[in-house]
Amino acid sequence: MLVFVCLVTGAVLFTLLKLNRNISLKKVPMKILVAVKRVVDYNVRVRVKADKSGVETQNVKMSMNPFDENATEEAVKLKEAGLASEVIAVSIGPDKAQETIRTALAMGADRGIHVVTEEGTEPLCIAKILKALVEKEQPGLVLTGKQAIDDDSNQTAQMLAALLGWAQATFVSGLSVEGNTLNATREVDGGLEKIALTTPAIVSVDLRLNTPRYASLPNIMKAKKKPLDSLSAEDLGVTTTPRLTILEVVDPPQRATGVKVSSVAELIEKLKTEAEVL
Amino acid sequence: MNHLVFISHDQQSLMPGVLNTLSAPLQLGGTVDALVLGHQCDAVVNTLTAIPGISTVRVCDDALYNNAFVAEDCTAQLQSVVEGYSHVWFTADTIGKNIAPRLAAMRDVQQISDIIEVRDAQTFVRPIYAGNAIATVKSDQVQNIITVRGTALEPVATENGSAGVEAIASVGSANLTQYVGAETSSNDRPELSSAKIVISGGRGMQSSDNFQMLERIADKLGAAVGASRAAVDAGFVTNDYQVGQTGKVVAPDLYIAVGISGAIQHLAGMKDSKFIVAINKDEDAPIFQVADYGLVIDLFDALPELEAALD
Repeated sequence: MLVFVCLVTGAVLFTLLKLNRNISLKKVPMKILVAVKRVVDYNVRVRVKADKSGVETQNVKMSMNPFDENATEEAVKLKEAGLASEVIAVSIGPDKAQETIRTALAMGADRGIHVVTEEGTEPLCIAKILKALVEKEQPGLVLTGKQAIDDDSNQTAQMLAALLGWAQATFVSGLSVEGNTLNATREVDGGLEKIALTTPAIVSVDLRLNTPRYASLPNIMKAKKKPLDSLSAEDLGVTTTPRLTILEVVDPPQRATGVKVSSVAELIEKLKTEAEVL
Repeated sequence: MNHLVFISHDQQSLMPGVLNTLSAPLQLGGTVDALVLGHQCDAVVNTLTAIPGISTVRVCDDALYNNAFVAEDCTAQLQSVVEGYSHVWFTADTIGKNIAPRLAAMRDVQQISDIIEVRDAQTFVRPIYAGNAIATVKSDQVQNIITVRGTALEPVATENGSAGVEAIASVGSANLTQYVGAETSSNDRPELSSAKIVISGGRGMQSSDNFQMLERIADKLGAAVGASRAAVDAGFVTNDYQVGQTGKVVAPDLYIAVGISGAIQHLAGMKDSKFIVAINKDEDAPIFQVADYGLVIDLFDALPELEAALD
């Protein structure tokens, strides 16, 4: 009797395992590559360097570009939903870009790739580096922030899509995956636009897409043990010679000091007669 | 020099900022052509032919472009016409920002984004760090692909021009992305980034319900409603209201900041407004440093009074 029960249990277990295997074989979830950038924290008042060569980034609080946090969150959510097999976080920049990769790993990315370049590498070059990584890793989806809050270029995702000949969705605030189709909602001037993309594709994300999670302490500890490869642009066959020269970086014009008004009535009066905006 | 200007439009009229964009190539001189991708959009073409300084309006009429600017399709079309132009200009709206970088990479060009001033044919001024620093950049490329911030330049004249019209053949769809549809904003207020007046609330508003006070005033002023990141993070309003470095960058004629302390990241999104009003009970709030008119008062006293005064 005992033997029979054992046999039956064994058979059931075997069938279950086999089924499970078949299921995982049938759907082949894609890899997701998420590109993240280390930038001056959004709450820091930036200071222009005295020699006008750029903005001071030494001894300044740095963080992951806010839009890239949304991209990382979305990648991890897709993996949690069973729609992605692996999330690879990539950052391109000086050595400390690894800190930003660790942040992505703490949020739930599986492994990191750091490509070492100088600070201020141009978007076209970044896109070429990402293209080389995409060819190596073969992801089905690349996610990134819609723009970095340092140089505000808003170019990398579109450029990468062009170099790969892939579909693109920019400024995305809604995303769903249906087989080989991505349904994206884009934030455009005056409203929302819906498009359907064929994968593989590049998606650049906007703030409304999701709320990035905070990494828990245990996850921050775990992230330290996750694999992180380091490469150079040369390893990927990309030259980083800039196309543009920055002649100078200066402070914006200062606003003239305003006046205090004592009442709502005085305020309205000034807006009507002095500013003439009402 | 010969310029091609990609025209953002809605089939009937030019998008805001296009007339301003056109002033950049007209200022530099040389041949200036306009490119219209659209479907039965004669009104747009007629507007353009009347602009003095434009040589030829090149029009590709295809149902593919009926109110849809799919980047993959537009760049394929652009690639067929851009050879030989020294400068290709786009308005830095969501149409231009989506298409220009894709074209630039196809052309192996490093694009210059969101310029606010043209120094010479190869030198341009652009804000970085959400306008907290201003960079002057020089290009050594034979073709420059540039997006122009609409609010930064004066619009061009729109009468007495005599541009020719040239029809160009469509290269068809790239078949990568399908346009599905659009959803315009559900309220009747103007769009935040192009509104003439914006009234924004911060953490001082205390609740989602209290934002209705701002909405009522906005409706009387024909204004858009915005919010600081603090108000968004507190859950008072959704993220699409956010003005600031991580939200929308606005430059209206009048910006009214209510219960907003003036965090750096908020100032980055609104300090180019023509006139700034700050209403805050904390007289030391940093917002007063950028305000043209500051009113130190409890906003719950000020808002009803303001609403009543606007009747």
